[in-house]
Amino acid sequence: MNRRTLLASAALAMSLGGAALAQDTTKACFVYVGPIGDGGWTYQHHQGALAVQEAYGDKVEIAWQESVPEGADAERVLTQMALSGCNIIFTTSFGYMDATNAVAAKFPDIKFEHATGYKREHPNVATYDARFYEGRAVLGHIAGKMTKSNKIGYIASFPIPEVIQGINSYYLHAKKVNPDVELVVTWAYTWFDPSKEADAARAMIDQGVDVIAAHTDSTAPLGEAAKENGAVIGFGQASDMAAFKPSPRVASIIDNWAPYYVKRVGAVMDGTWEQGASWAGMPEGEVVIGEITEAVPADVKAEAEAMIAAITAGEYHPFTGPINKADGSAWLAEGEVADDGTLAGMNFYVEGITAEIPN
Amino acid sequence: MIRLEKRPTPSRLWTAVTPVFAVLATMLVGGALFGFLGADPFEAIRTIFWDPLFHPQFAAYSRPQLLVKAGPLILIAIGLSIGFRAGIWNIGAEGQYIMGAVVGAAAGLALYPSDSVLVFPLMILAGALGGWAWAMIPAVLKTRFGTNEILVSLMLVYVAQTILASVSSGLLRNPEGMGFPGSRNFKQWDAAHNAEIIAGTGMHWGVAAALIAVIAAYVLMARHIQGFNIRLTGEAPRAARFAGVSPTRIVVLCLGISGALAGLAGLFEVTGPAGQITIDFNSNYGFTAIIVAFLGRLHPIGILLAGLLMALTYIGGELAQLMLGVPGASIQLFQGMLLFFLLATDVFTNYRVRIGAKGVA
Repeated sequence: MNRRTLLASAALAMSLGGAALAQDTTKACFVYVGPIGDGGWTYQHHQGALAVQEAYGDKVEIAWQESVPEGADAERVLTQMALSGCNIIFTTSFGYMDATNAVAAKFPDIKFEHATGYKREHPNVATYDARFYEGRAVLGHIAGKMTKSNKIGYIASFPIPEVIQGINSYYLHAKKVNPDVELVVTWAYTWFDPSKEADAARAMIDQGVDVIAAHTDSTAPLGEAAKENGAVIGFGQASDMAAFKPSPRVASIIDNWAPYYVKRVGAVMDGTWEQGASWAGMPEGEVVIGEITEAVPADVKAEAEAMIAAITAGEYHPFTGPINKADGSAWLAEGEVADDGTLAGMNFYVEGITAEIPN
Repeated sequence: MIRLEKRPTPSRLWTAVTPVFAVLATMLVGGALFGFLGADPFEAIRTIFWDPLFHPQFAAYSRPQLLVKAGPLILIAIGLSIGFRAGIWNIGAEGQYIMGAVVGAAAGLALYPSDSVLVFPLMILAGALGGWAWAMIPAVLKTRFGTNEILVSLMLVYVAQTILASVSSGLLRNPEGMGFPGSRNFKQWDAAHNAEIIAGTGMHWGVAAALIAVIAAYVLMARHIQGFNIRLTGEAPRAARFAGVSPTRIVVLCLGISGALAGLAGLFEVTGPAGQITIDFNSNYGFTAIIVAFLGRLHPIGILLAGLLMALTYIGGELAQLMLGVPGASIQLFQGMLLFFLLATDVFTNYRVRIGAKGVA
């Protein structure tokens, strides 16, 4: 059998398989950057996948692949998924961006959904992200109220706009309730590496930081905070991290992808799927603040809940002026609200943060 | 009573058959492992070893992918095997791989958007140089100050990773990338793209380089005086010194070759399958190549086969995850088993089993 007939027969088998699938079940596939047991980012995406299964029962089939490296392997994994008859493929990490678009070009009938990216080079590629900065505002408020040393910390992953938004929102709302607060940012250059994250937390604790927020996915920073006998608190990240309740985990920011995944897979099933760029937050239930524990005083808890209610109702935007950039130049005038374009490409700190964005 | 008795010389027969035994034992124990995880063991083993080659739906795509995955493994492992034969343990090929990619990519990006045919050859040269230079650090430290090359080369992996993170969000960042980390994509720049030599075959320049390296290493080790010196240094260092072989030269030569080949592998990967320098561009090829080198008995032809086998377990492992839902970690365990069983069965190469009372050996 020569190569051409082989390819032809493979294509035939594929289209037959695809047709058979389209009649009875829809196959939704997920590519994860970490293990589904990471307790954070990937775990939450997998919860979303399970919600799809739950919502549609035996009308959908889900498949996934975990710990897929960003880079050369991603493109192969995506192609194999496409060949295996997936109807919609969710690629759940920024680093899959180019691979997602490259594979989407080869399989125009399959829908691709890329998390946190900005490239939609083909009509079958959509992107989606969450407004994590809305949740960070609430955590910042709690941090500003709770810190005794007036030093709060942020374990950052990579200097990308999503993380910069989080740092700015966290700091702004801590500063608002505590003008003396000082922010320490530590770059871990990883999304998931418990030992590096623990080192970062330890380094900050040694500098006198007593409230730690993390933008990395493991529970290690909370584990490090727990060693300080209540003197240091932190927040659950991506997932609730309830094991560290009531302290050091005093609240958490939860990514809830389930509503989006259920909606998009549903759209594929009834043929209404369209390309889009979704950026949902608290109002849509995509960003959720987990239980605020009794370690937080009742009045602070009430204020935090009021902020959650205001953001959810669309009455308050965490980036509302007056806000200046770190270099002192004006960004937002009194009452002005940041536009999505600026936020999506955010590459500057707000006034008061003394650190530099690594470059 | 069962005793192990050292053979006067390693058995040639056992050297050849232990890898086969190791693969069979891995299939057996790995199958049991998948069984415990709730997958059908026979289906799992078939998915890993058979489907990438013959599955009607996947094979047309995954067969060329075997070459893509095996190419860098073979290229790096060939370099490592030469050093290992001389008793020089370069554990830091991962770092040399990263530096080859970074230096090569930087040399290319400096010329963007030139469409000269010289861009890609220049990048290849820079890539080899980057890997070589990174390997020269442990070489010089070892020959000058007697440091241990295992530790130094391994530690330099972490330094290289930090440099990689720094350049992908700084020096080499795509100016049109909206502030996100990662370089320009070489696939979108023809002059620097390591495209497939024949479309659809997976055969890119890195795979070609790996095949050339296999032949060159075979000639070097079997026919060339330097190859003889390398083997002599590994097997009888004192004899080598008496024969006038300079240990310094051997260290520099071996680390240099393995560094340059790892650098080349990195360059071909970044301009081809990976496409761009990103923060986690490296995918452990440098470490996996150590397994490939040993699985291939440090012999060029063996390494060629071992590289293909390793690539098969990667691609088959991905299929098994996708089709059978087995966890990703179980695939890594499966690959680890392969090395474990190889080392375990290796005992029969150097020893023979005697049953009965102690007799005359």
